Amino acid sequence: MEINLKDLLKKYKSHPYEDHEIRTPHTGVVHINVEDGQEVSGPTGLWNHRPGTLLYVLEREGNPKHITSKYTGFVTKLRKELDGSFVQAGEPVMLIRHRLNKEEIIDRILREVLYIFPAPQRARYFFTPEVSAAMEKDKKKAINLKEGDEILIMSLMKRDTLLSYEGPAGVLYKVYFKHGDLMEQGTPLLGICSPERLPFVEKMIQRIRTEWDD
Amino acid sequence: MDQKRLLDSGKYITELAQRINYLADIKGGLEWGSLQELLDRVQNLRSKLFDLKEDELFVELEQIERRLDYLEDRVVQDLSPIEIVNIVRSPQRFTLQDILENCYDSYTELGGEGECNIDPAVVVARATITRRVKNRLYYHQVMVIGHEKGYGEEFRNGGCAKPWGNEKALRYMKVAEIEGIPIHSYIFTPGAYPIEDYPGAAQQIARNLFRMSRLKVPIVAFISEGGSGGAEAIGLADIRLMASRGYYSVISPEGAAAIEGRIKEGGKVPRELVEHCAAQLKMTAEDNLKLKTIDRIIEEPPLGARRGDYQFFRRLRYEMVRATDEVVLQTKSFRTFRSYALKRQSQEKEEDFSDEFDIHIKWSLTDSEKKRLLELRSKKYRAMGKGYKELRQTLQSRLSEAVESLKQNYYDIRYGLLRQHSRQVQKLIEEVSSEGSVFLKTVTEPVRVAYDFVFPKPKSENGLNQQDILRRSIFMQEWEQYISPLANEDKTVSCPNAEKYGCKDLWVPDLYGEFSGVCPSCGHHFPLEYQWYLQNLFDPGSVREFNKHIVSANPLKFQGFDEKLKKAIERTGRGSAIITFDASVFDIKIVVAMLYSDFRSGTVGSAEGEKFIRACDRARTTRRPFLAYIHTTGGIRIHEGTLGVIQMPRCTLVVREYIDSGGLYIVVYDNNSYAGPVASFLGCSPYQVGIRSSRIGFAGPRVIRETTGADVPPDYHSAKNALKRGHIQGIWDRREFRKNLFEALMTMGGPHLYYK
Repeated sequence: MEINLKDLLKKYKSHPYEDHEIRTPHTGVVHINVEDGQEVSGPTGLWNHRPGTLLYVLEREGNPKHITSKYTGFVTKLRKELDGSFVQAGEPVMLIRHRLNKEEIIDRILREVLYIFPAPQRARYFFTPEVSAAMEKDKKKAINLKEGDEILIMSLMKRDTLLSYEGPAGVLYKVYFKHGDLMEQGTPLLGICSPERLPFVEKMIQRIRTEWDD
Repeated sequence: MDQKRLLDSGKYITELAQRINYLADIKGGLEWGSLQELLDRVQNLRSKLFDLKEDELFVELEQIERRLDYLEDRVVQDLSPIEIVNIVRSPQRFTLQDILENCYDSYTELGGEGECNIDPAVVVARATITRRVKNRLYYHQVMVIGHEKGYGEEFRNGGCAKPWGNEKALRYMKVAEIEGIPIHSYIFTPGAYPIEDYPGAAQQIARNLFRMSRLKVPIVAFISEGGSGGAEAIGLADIRLMASRGYYSVISPEGAAAIEGRIKEGGKVPRELVEHCAAQLKMTAEDNLKLKTIDRIIEEPPLGARRGDYQFFRRLRYEMVRATDEVVLQTKSFRTFRSYALKRQSQEKEEDFSDEFDIHIKWSLTDSEKKRLLELRSKKYRAMGKGYKELRQTLQSRLSEAVESLKQNYYDIRYGLLRQHSRQVQKLIEEVSSEGSVFLKTVTEPVRVAYDFVFPKPKSENGLNQQDILRRSIFMQEWEQYISPLANEDKTVSCPNAEKYGCKDLWVPDLYGEFSGVCPSCGHHFPLEYQWYLQNLFDPGSVREFNKHIVSANPLKFQGFDEKLKKAIERTGRGSAIITFDASVFDIKIVVAMLYSDFRSGTVGSAEGEKFIRACDRARTTRRPFLAYIHTTGGIRIHEGTLGVIQMPRCTLVVREYIDSGGLYIVVYDNNSYAGPVASFLGCSPYQVGIRSSRIGFAGPRVIRETTGADVPPDYHSAKNALKRGHIQGIWDRREFRKNLFEALMTMGGPHLYYK
């Protein structure tokens, strides 16, 4: 797997956005509620229980369905001509362009560059005492991993299981959990970077953090 | 200027500043009466205390004092209800700690002190109170339970008891009962802390009320700040005293103003509206005495008692002893002279007041006295909170009332006299036959086996007994189903869970017809009108309504409420938010009380409370199971003030009597059930069930956010979460309501559907 880091950076710099196409979920008459270029917000609240900005109302058989934005960004490619007309299911109505911030870009780049070691099941995760001690001793020192290394303890219902690392050899670059966190199955636990790519990755992230505007 | 002031002018200046701040608390700011200017003068004096000449200092102090006296007189002359609320909320007002220090001789706080406490808002103490009789001291042991607002300590939550705080109170009430000592409860709460965490705000208050209704020790309550349900959690007492500058209300004036003015969350409530609501709610001691929700007022100084008002504490101590004496004496068969002595002493004028007693009364009760205590408590609460209207009955309804009266006599004889004897005889026969059967079995067994072999018992056609047949029939719909008028619209609706579960849009005639308002893919229950339940839940033609002539009124003359009431009556064709009726489910006769949403959101006032009580009594007399089906209840009706609040202990007490007599009380919550009723006569049921998609709780999300400052998840009050917290015992599907109810009656009700 060869990734050109410069191209990756260029790609995000030229287009630091994520586009979400909004299509009608079913047939009905569309009543658009936003303007082209208007800022919209996604769901808010601790449980995302407050709906986002109302984008349009889709009415079918006397049932007006309020379609709200799931993303924060601004409206583009709004098809104003659809306002008041009957549309088929799956008809694109607008595009919501979400501007990625620094952290989101870093996160995306890391996910492309790093090898992600996911949680095999819903459990609490700890580093093995050896790894934990090594991390404590020298926080800057890189931890090298190769296939078969015992690195994590998976703890569930008072049963502790040792987890061996599976994947390409490399340096432990990012840890996605805190000691003893309950992680859902499939969520990333560790991000491993190949040693030769490591200096570039560090430099690139440094550049994004310092040079890019949020 | 006296010598004391001369020597202690620093302290005196502080006192003046406190008086100014106290007036500012009452008037809602320093703007009134140039208080700011006065305060500046006092501060100025304080900073220049050692620079000024003595004469100058005293002249200035005297001027300030004279001005303050004048302003205080003005406030006293024209004290409005909202100002009384401000007095109660002032940080200078006395708290339970002051009472414990000044009214009791010694005390030991139970369940922790200060912050190291399961709930610092509730203080429980084992205390000793003395009485002086002819220069001799007599000691009484009491359990003091009350709210502690503290002197600004944040951890006290302003006296808002958390559910576990009320649980602590209940635990020590039981201890008092075991030890046979009276309970003195002190109410200093703006309301209960509205969280659902186990044991749950509403459920715990209900448990407290349920227990207090039959607690076999005298209970005397003193109210300084009586905030609705929170106050009731420890307020069901034999005598209720109230501070003359206290308030006792169904809701805070701000809360009432937000509802009346339809103020959006976070919006500012106009001050005038708050003042208006405070006056309308009739929350002062005088108002409550007129409404008979309290028994007596204890006079405070004209501007309210503060921490240093020792004369007031002396009075309070005397009144608490006297009230406990009264409760104890009422239970005695021979009490005339002692009652007279007590009464004569209480009529002494304030200036002649002496806290010495003429007599000594012991506070322990015998078994028969305890029984009488409970009878008197029941009688007292049954007579309270009667702010409803009774319409003139038609000839037919009067006839049916006469029939009911005859029926009652019949049931009294059947279940009272005859049942008692027949049970005793039956028991004797059972005992004798059991003894005999052991002896005879060895002889008769071979004969019985041979007989059964030769003459086998006949079986029914399909091998089922009568019970099985009855059980099988519950799966059949025996009559044409009632269809909700909501089904008459040609349109579709979306299920609120469509996004989560991918439910398809539903055609309304299908939804409200065939699907009974239930989403076929996720099971979400769309609200249905109460008539649907009346028609589909009970056997056809079995619903017979009673007490229709008891209708809601406007006992507090709450401005604008008459019109609202009129509209509700016109819209529903009914006189109250409750329907009480006899009905049957698969031929099992039951009594039902149904709170429904169309009439003032199912809020409970005097009429609803009275109808509920009469229905409960009817179930007790006729020995029938009692079902409370709550289509919706929004809580206690704020327009009836404390007459509404008092329905909480009142109805719970009657429910307790019903359950004690052996009754089966089932509560089913549907749609939305909140606040007072859930925190009393509904929440105390041993069998509470929620219909799917219903919400059950104490306070709604807005009130929780505004009170605690924390947001709540959208499904916080869902039936599922109520079940997880242990507040309800099950969730029923609407389509299986009838079947489940029948099964519940059969399984929980026992062979006779009535335990005793």
